[in-house]
Amino acid sequence: MNRDQIKSVVLSELYSIAPELEDEDIATNTAFRDQFDFDSMDFLNFVIGLHETLKIDIPESDYPKLLSLSGCIAYLESKDLPG
Amino acid sequence: MTEFLMPSLGADMEAATVVEWRVKPGDAVKRGDIVAAVETDKGIIDIEVFEEGILQQILVPVGEKVSVGAVLAIFNGADQKSSKPPADPVEKEQPKPVLEPTQADQNAVPTPTAEKSTQRISPAAKKRAKALSVDLANVKGTGAQGAITTADVEQAAGNAKPDAMRQAIASAMSRSKQEIPHYYLATTVDMTDTLDWLAEKNASLPVQARRVYAVLLIKAVALALAEVPELNGYWVDGQFESSDQVNVGMAISLRQGGLIAPALHDVQGKTLDTLMAEFRDLVNRARAGRVSRAEFTEASVTVSSLGEQGVEMMYSIIHPPQVAIVSFGSVIERPWCVDGAVVPRKLMNVSLAADHRASDGHRGALFLNHVSQYLQQPELL
Repeated sequence: MNRDQIKSVVLSELYSIAPELEDEDIATNTAFRDQFDFDSMDFLNFVIGLHETLKIDIPESDYPKLLSLSGCIAYLESKDLPG
Repeated sequence: MTEFLMPSLGADMEAATVVEWRVKPGDAVKRGDIVAAVETDKGIIDIEVFEEGILQQILVPVGEKVSVGAVLAIFNGADQKSSKPPADPVEKEQPKPVLEPTQADQNAVPTPTAEKSTQRISPAAKKRAKALSVDLANVKGTGAQGAITTADVEQAAGNAKPDAMRQAIASAMSRSKQEIPHYYLATTVDMTDTLDWLAEKNASLPVQARRVYAVLLIKAVALALAEVPELNGYWVDGQFESSDQVNVGMAISLRQGGLIAPALHDVQGKTLDTLMAEFRDLVNRARAGRVSRAEFTEASVTVSSLGEQGVEMMYSIIHPPQVAIVSFGSVIERPWCVDGAVVPRKLMNVSLAADHRASDGHRGALFLNHVSQYLQQPELL
């Protein structure tokens, strides 16, 4: 999976939780919860969404790597996901 | 024959619009089944039947607005009684749900039947509806042959009434501050070991089964209330009525602004796993604008948590007719004394706002101490 595909999956999971984001620019390096309403239950739903869509295990200790868009992309790139 | 009536979902509710039927004539129902959804000024509420039977006839179709007490449908029941909610301490007084679902009406999840309808809709409009969480069943099409266009969807989304929730909150909170003599107490809980315990448990669980620490807070409150029952219940007709169950209203903020506090029922008897699943489901449904009548009206106490906002303390306003609200600040690392040494620990403030008519500060303090003790012995939760 290349960077664009990963970004597309991440955005799609975000939109499913917060549909209003689809019309907004999401800052790449800012934590989600610092730029829009995103609480711990939203984050849990987001991680569950990534887990179910990408069929990968995401240990809780990796959660801090998933707090921003750039963090998510870097983390998922490192997982070397099949296209 | 049983008449199924439009229930009262709050003292100020006069009428509501039927927005969904989940049963059709000939369907068998049992007590507690959700059979319909109705829309009030403040949101969509699922309503249930109170006895078993077979649906004979629907009298009020989707889209029609009727008064409280109007007959919505006829069931052929096992007995002849009218289908009314069972009398319980909550029903007697019709406590006013104070924080109510909002204009989420437009944001309702699609009804099961919506998919099967022959409504014409453009793919772009469908995508827009998904993005805006607009229920297509509520959108009037103005395109060719009544097709729903993107503009129709956007208009439906714009029709939401953001002021209704603000009004509901304003009225309930004003009433609370005018009527209830609040007293406030607070303490600090060292959560370090408990959060380590939770992380260790979660490490071996698949992501869907992992618990968020808010579940520990909810359970600790419920167990502590068992020891100080005068904080759990309702102030009605000038006196306190305790609740047998601990139904914890969870203050949940909504994306479009405002908040609601639907209840998790019977918390003290449930495992953390059950509570986690129910809590997640409740938050997701509340944000989709779908809670049940019981969740909407039966909270016996409220819990509010600031989560990870980084704010240390909150003193809340009681939701009448309840008599207490427990609020948790964010967990923040701070210097703390342990065994005579100053060390960094993860600390969380917890506050209690309680009704002085129903309890005194001494008992409130005892309650907060119990909460603190339970939170530091998570294996008891």
